[in-house]
Parts: sequence; structure tokens; C-alpha cells
Amino acid sequence: MSDLLAARSQMAVSLAFHIIFAVIGIAMPVLMVLAERRWQRTGDAAYLDLAKRWAKGTAILFAVGAVSGTVLSFELGLLWPRFMQLAGPIIGMPFSLEGFAFFTEAIFLGLYLYGWERVPPRMHLLAGVLVAVSGAASGVFVVIANAWMNAPTGFTIEAGAFTHIDPIAAMRNPAALPQTLHMILAAYAATGFAVAGIHAFLLLKNRTSTFHRAALSLGLLVGAPAAVLQPFAGDIAARYVARRQPVKLAAMESLYETRAGAPVRFGPGIVIPRALSLLAFHDPNAVVKGLDIVPREEWPNVPLVHASFDLMVAFGTYLALVGLWAGWLALRRRDLTRQRRFLWAVVLAGPCGFICTEAGWMVTELGRQPWIIYGVLKTADAVTPMPGLIVPFTTITLVYCALAVIVGRLLYGQIVKSPA
Amino acid sequence: MTLSLADALAGIILVALTAYVLLGGADFGGGVWDLLASGPRRAEQRRLISQAIAPVWEANHVWLILAVVLLFTCFPAAFARIAIVLHIPLTLMLIGIVLRGSAFVFRSYGGGGGRVFATASLITPVLLGICVGAVASGALGETGNGKRETFLAAYVQPWLTPFAFAVGCFALVCFAFLAAVYLTIEAKEPAVQEDFRSRAIWSGVAVFMMAAIGLVLSPEAPLVHRGLLTAGWALGLHLLTGAAAITVFWALWTRRYRIARIGAAAQVALIVWGWGLAQYPYLLPPDLTIAVAAAPRVTLELALAAVSVGAVVLFPSLYYLLKVFKGPSFE
Repeated sequence: MSDLLAARSQMAVSLAFHIIFAVIGIAMPVLMVLAERRWQRTGDAAYLDLAKRWAKGTAILFAVGAVSGTVLSFELGLLWPRFMQLAGPIIGMPFSLEGFAFFTEAIFLGLYLYGWERVPPRMHLLAGVLVAVSGAASGVFVVIANAWMNAPTGFTIEAGAFTHIDPIAAMRNPAALPQTLHMILAAYAATGFAVAGIHAFLLLKNRTSTFHRAALSLGLLVGAPAAVLQPFAGDIAARYVARRQPVKLAAMESLYETRAGAPVRFGPGIVIPRALSLLAFHDPNAVVKGLDIVPREEWPNVPLVHASFDLMVAFGTYLALVGLWAGWLALRRRDLTRQRRFLWAVVLAGPCGFICTEAGWMVTELGRQPWIIYGVLKTADAVTPMPGLIVPFTTITLVYCALAVIVGRLLYGQIVKSPA
Repeated sequence: MTLSLADALAGIILVALTAYVLLGGADFGGGVWDLLASGPRRAEQRRLISQAIAPVWEANHVWLILAVVLLFTCFPAAFARIAIVLHIPLTLMLIGIVLRGSAFVFRSYGGGGGRVFATASLITPVLLGICVGAVASGALGETGNGKRETFLAAYVQPWLTPFAFAVGCFALVCFAFLAAVYLTIEAKEPAVQEDFRSRAIWSGVAVFMMAAIGLVLSPEAPLVHRGLLTAGWALGLHLLTGAAAITVFWALWTRRYRIARIGAAAQVALIVWGWGLAQYPYLLPPDLTIAVAAAPRVTLELALAAVSVGAVVLFPSLYYLLKVFKGPSFE
């Protein structure tokens, strides 16, 4: 394994691990707050129980997210010092803002988790709201920094150095809005459906539990609207990619040759004529650039990007359909606990949001390669000169595998303990 | 001497590091006392440590992230050099941070991991101190920029020195000292309070001894050595630090724990600032100054604006958090 590949693998493992916890850290506080609010309004003890149990789970996941996020902030330099030296002054701004957002998140989470008996009820609920708001803000700021790597703006290059730096223009890069919108919706959809999936499963075993019924309804309340809106956010993101990162789009769709009326190829053997032109440019005859516009050494890993993209679209579509189903049942005021087929569909949807999130990040990160700053700096030129990077890569991977097993066991224990 | 914008931001980074040492450092120190819990009240000691750390450690930890983010935003050249030369101790420190944090929360929720939490709390501060020691000793000069001939010379020798190791141990005893002093106030039972009082006194003696060892080895860090011995501010700083140390011992002896807490925090903060002042104007001695490493002016201005706005949100929130969990009773 080359040092470059080891560095990329370590970054990939660190991001893939952290993103699960980051996503839950964004959405879980919303669920806690909704449950606490319903308890305060209705006095229904099931909701208080729910808020407290969700808070416990969030505490475990947030802690792992906080430390794995710290690892990433150092790894940016440990693995890509040349990138950080160039990019630090330009994208340091969103990272600094993220630092403060993370601060408020940690402070008010501490108050929320340990303050049930120590602060007044209104303050407690407000603390939860602030955790949710600052969690979303952290996510937005970090994704803005990543968006800049896809759409670098706010500087000019003179003799290999960045001059005329404008960090505000860098934050307003054209990828920022499509990416942040897509990511925040993904966080709510993935977490909402994961929660709904767990409680749908437990409801199937015990239909009369008010606890699980309450949990299912709140999970769907957060997850379903986000999943239904996500295809529209995806469309905005895809049209951005088509205009600004044509090579990434070509890899996503395995389009090797530039052509008008380009088709969508899906899975093994499904071809939908002109669909890609229609989707990417809202015109069935539009010309879509293929991989042939750049030399072969500037291609990303096409099969991997294409497969990840298909995976995301397939599971995302399923989530959106289940979300619509949930909305339809809610409109007709049906008792969800009697809809066994629907409950099974929700159980299956449980892991889908996280699969989509991971696949989506594979698309955007692998699709940007071989560039670390798109069109400006190659990943290979940014890597640290330190040799033997396979050692930290292996170590970090082993540590994270162990953590994943322990977190899984702890959460399983928490779920098993939940009331009937 | 006029202070530039870059100096101000370097000062803010040092403030963030100081806050990390005083707050986050004490959380690591708590882990050390968990490892060293002994006597008939071993379980009570561990419970107290756990209760003291749980609500605040994540917020305390963010000071480190803030320092790192401001460092790579405002002084990217210094960050890149640190990340290259100190790759190994920093990676080990990160693993320590990950294991400490996750093992602590796992233990709090019945998942075991107490030994991992305590061991990681012991090792991580040493690694942090080693990195600081390597910077202070001037090992991250231009020649250390990953360009030396052998792997050992480029990536190991800069930090595997007696001086860096002494700074690492110094950091560890400082953190343990802070934790013991803070815990005297947190303790509700008089017997546990006495346990931590004696621990505070003994670790205070250890801080003094490690400081002496560090001073003996300090010719390895010529700039800091010169600063601490001959600079105009040096005598004043030593007098202040000494006064703080004497106050802590007196306050512990006479069981005035609130005064001891203020004194201990002041003593350790002065040590951190002594290091910063001794290095000034160098960020990475012997050649990289704050001015040379600084990002373009617009970045510095925006970073200062972000810090100012952030501080308006941060300080009231932080005050509220500490008041609720560390203040007397919350009214």
C-alpha cells in the first residue's frame, strides 16, 4: 500500500466513522426536544421517559462524535499538511465558526443531560433547542468547508501561491448551498428513520406499547419529511455537479463519451434514454460532458463512484416512498400500530439512511479525485512526506472497529432495556 | 514593543490553550486520580471524579479544537510544520483523546472501560507536553521540516528528548495537581475532601520538583531558557508564580479550598504564559516568527471578528454551565 493510498484510506475511515455520529448529533437533539415538549404539554409520562432515554443514547454517541471529530481536525494537517498550509487561511473561517457552534452544542448538551433536576423546565427545553440549532450549524459550517474543496473560490493563484484571499467569497462558493441542504436533510432522514425503524420493530412484537408508538411517531415526524424533500435537494446538487464538476457527474453516471440526449444507466442493464440530460439540465437533448473531456489520469474511480451513486439513489428513493406512505397514513389518521406491512417497511428503512449518507459521501469525495482542491491541487501533492503511513491507518482503523463494537453493544443494551 | 494583529491572534490561541489546560487538563488529572484511587474510600473517590467530569468534559475539550482551528486558520505554515514533524506523538495523543473520552462515557453508561479511561488520562497529557516541549526546544526549525535524511532524524528525534519528556511529565503533574485542588471543593464528604487535600499537597510538591527538573534541562531549549532566566519580565513572572504556589500551599494547609482553587489555576496559567512569553516573537523557534507564519491580513481580521462574536455567545453559556454544575447551589 502506497503512503498516498494509506493516507486516503485513513481519512476515509475517519470520515466514514465520524459521519455516523455527526449525523446523529445533528438530528437526535431534535427528537429529544420534541419528546420533552410533548411531555410538558400533555403530561404523558411516556414522552418524558422517551426524552430521557434518547438523551442517554445521544450522550454516548455525541461523546464518540466529539473525539472522532477532534481526530479529523488534526488529521487535516497530519495527513494533508500542504493542503492545510494553502487552504487554512481561506477555509479557516467556517472551521472557526464550527468551533464555536460545537462549543455551544457541548455546553448545552451538558446542561441538558445532567440538568434535569438542576435547571427550570423552560431552561431545560431551551438548552435542548440550542443543542439542536448549534448541531445543525456545526454541520453546515463543516460542509461549507468541504464544498469549497469542490468549488474553490475566493482567491487567485500567482506563482503557486494563493493571493487576493477572500474567505467570505470562499464560504459563498457555489457548492455550499446544494451540499449543506443535502447533508442536513440526510441527517434528519437517516436518524429519524433509524429511530422509527427500531421502534417499529419493537411495536411489531408488542402492539400496545404507548412508549414505542410515541417513539415511532416522532421518528417519522423528523425522518419522513426530510426523506420526501431529499430528492429535490438531490436534484439541486446534481445540477450543480453537472455545471461545475462535469467529470464527477460523468463518473456518477458512467458516461464515458460526451453526447447529447445522454441516458441514465442504472444497476445491471437498465438504460433510460435521455434521462440524464433531462435530469442534469432539465432538457432531454442537452449535451452532457463525458469522461473523455479530461485525460485518463484525471478520472476518479469510475466503477466505485457510479456504484455508490446508484446505491444512494436506490435507498434514498425507498426512504422517500416510505416517507410518502407515512404521510398518507397520517393524513387519513390511521393507527400506525395496526399497519403491519407499513411497520415492516419502516423496519427495512431503518439502516437505509445511513447507507445513503455513506454512499453519498463516497460519491462526493471519490468523485473529486484526483483533486483535493478541485482543479487546483492534486491529492498526491498534498500528502505528508512522512513515510510508513500504513501504521497510523491500521491503528486508527483498529481503534474505530473496537469502538464501533462497544457502541453497538451499549446501544443494544439501552434498547433492550426500553419499556414494553 | 507594539502588538500586531497576528500577535493578538497568537495571544488568543494561547488563551484557548490555557483554558484547555485549566479545564480540560483537570479532567485528565481526574482520570489520573481515578487510576491512583486508593485507601478505604477508593470507590467514593472514583464516584466523585466521575460526577465532577461528566457534565463538563466535552465543553472543556472544545478549547483544544478551538486552538487547533485558529492555529491552522491564522498560522497555516506553523500548523503544517507541527503536523509533519510531530506526526507520531500527535497521532498517539489523538488515540489517547479518543480512548479517554469514549471509555469515560462507556463507563458512565455501564459499558466498563474504567481502566482504559484512567490509563488514557495518564498518557495523553504526557504526549501533549512532549509536543509542547519539542516546539519550545526549537526542534521544529526549518531543517526539521521533514527534510532530514533519516526517518529517525526527521520524525522521532525532534520530540524524543529528555527535555520534551520532562515537559510531558510536568504537564501530567500540573493536570493532576489542578484536579486534586478542584476536587477538594467538589467533595461533599469530609473524609474524601481530606483525601484530595493530601493529594493536592503532594502533587503540588511534584509540580515544584518537575519544574526544577525542567529548568535543569532547559538549556536544550535555548530560547525559553534565556527568556525564563534573563528577560525583563522574568523576575516578575517568577515572583507571581511563586506567590501563587505559596498561596495554594497555605490555603490547602488551612483548608481554604476556594482560595486554593484560584491560586492553583493562577499558578498553572502563569506557567503556560511564561512559556509563551519566553518564545515570543517565535511561534516555532528558532526561525518561524508569528509575523512570518501569519496568514494574510483579511483572514486574521475575520478570525478576530469570529472570535469576538463567538466569545459573546460562548462566555455567558460557559458561565451558566459552570455555575449550574460547579457553583454553590443553583438558585
